[in-house]
Amino acid sequence: MIQDIDIADLKKITELIQVKYGYDFRNYAMSSFKRRMLRILELKSLTVESLLKKLNDQPTFIDEFLDELTVNVTEMFRDPGFWRIIRDEIIPGILLNHKQFKIWHAGCSSGEEVLSMTIVLKEMGILQDVQLYATDLDTTILDKAKQASYPIKNMELNEKNYIRYEGKGSLKDYYKEENGRAVFDKSLLQNVTFRKHDLVKGEVFNKFDLILCRNVMIYFNQTLQNEVLKKIHESMFKYGYLAIGSKESLIWCEVASKFLVVNNEEKVYKKIKD
Amino acid sequence: MDKYNLNNSYKAVVIGGSAGSFQGIVKILSQLPKNFQLPIIMCLHRLKHVRNGFVEALSIKSVVQVVEPNDKESIKKGGVYLAPSNYHMSVELGNHFAMSTEEMINNSRPAIDVTLGTAAYVYRDKLVGILLSGANRDGGLGMKLIKDKGGLTIVQEPSECMIDTMPKAALSLTQIDYTLKIDEIVAFLVELNKHYK
Repeated sequence: MIQDIDIADLKKITELIQVKYGYDFRNYAMSSFKRRMLRILELKSLTVESLLKKLNDQPTFIDEFLDELTVNVTEMFRDPGFWRIIRDEIIPGILLNHKQFKIWHAGCSSGEEVLSMTIVLKEMGILQDVQLYATDLDTTILDKAKQASYPIKNMELNEKNYIRYEGKGSLKDYYKEENGRAVFDKSLLQNVTFRKHDLVKGEVFNKFDLILCRNVMIYFNQTLQNEVLKKIHESMFKYGYLAIGSKESLIWCEVASKFLVVNNEEKVYKKIKD
Repeated sequence: MDKYNLNNSYKAVVIGGSAGSFQGIVKILSQLPKNFQLPIIMCLHRLKHVRNGFVEALSIKSVVQVVEPNDKESIKKGGVYLAPSNYHMSVELGNHFAMSTEEMINNSRPAIDVTLGTAAYVYRDKLVGILLSGANRDGGLGMKLIKDKGGLTIVQEPSECMIDTMPKAALSLTQIDYTLKIDEIVAFLVELNKHYK
């Protein structure tokens, strides 16, 4: 059970993936990346050598590998206070200038966050006016996000968060229970485009009024955070908003001076310079 | 006079605790020397959905302001840090913290094993690990990792703990250096500070 993995071995793995599949994990934060790799070795009963061989010989294994490597633990309405700010301040701020606007969920994982957003928008009566993009590196998890179906055991926490958010009704208004799963009303996702996108290597593909990239960049080192934030900045309209995780910060990165802090507690920023 | 073998130049202190550890932590923080040099890195089990209040409660009597660091925040000399709610907190090479939202470990996020284990990896034999009262086994493995890297390990005297599952888990997994009461832990930290190089 207790095992360790050398930095040299981690390097061999990242280099093979870089060369063969074009994903660049070299600037991921070491502590969590190491834990993910140890987890994969344990889950799949592999050694470093057998993992390298499998990655090299079985191209189909990469999707499964990425699904385990990326962290896909999330909640609906995580940090309810954040969602109240979104509803009461940020979206009204956008609506002052545009009736129709675009939101990007960068690193959407299993979709709980984008689904929460559609519920916020629906309760505000503007869901039809908003185009949402939800992207992730991991295609397996994107397929799950599209299903909008979650184990019923997760719903207790989601319900509690929604109650703290002070939504208009009950979360139960939006899903049906089927075979131990909460299956959400698909019409919520009518304006959501799910697509594969790699924040590290991907190009700027659109411009947005609001970007949510919460608890995604914590898995990157500072060099990579800096690079990704430049692309995020480029993907925003001037006076657009950016939300990051409650324990993330923009302070030290290059683009910091191009943003204004809108809410320091919930980490919402506004782009003020191109 | 040298009751403890403190010839090694320790660089950081990590503290883990859960049920029944709050009073002990408050006592330690309130009786620290004002010029305490080593960073103190704490991971205490806490309610996942309550982000505010805990650090403030700890700070009231603390000699040093307690901080919940941001991701990639530097670890400073004399800083007192607390793992934030609903994140695992790791120590990274390069002397900073890294947050993560990975799966719960031992039913906990933050998990003490994560903070202790990553600190052991970074500080090696320059680390002091302290595990206090608690109702589950989280932290036991972390203490073993600290010991395996040559760090110094202390658990709260089980008879003084409100719930002794946590220190006992550590005692069963590795050879703990000292089993001390809270008052003795404070005295130890005072001594440790005198030896800081």
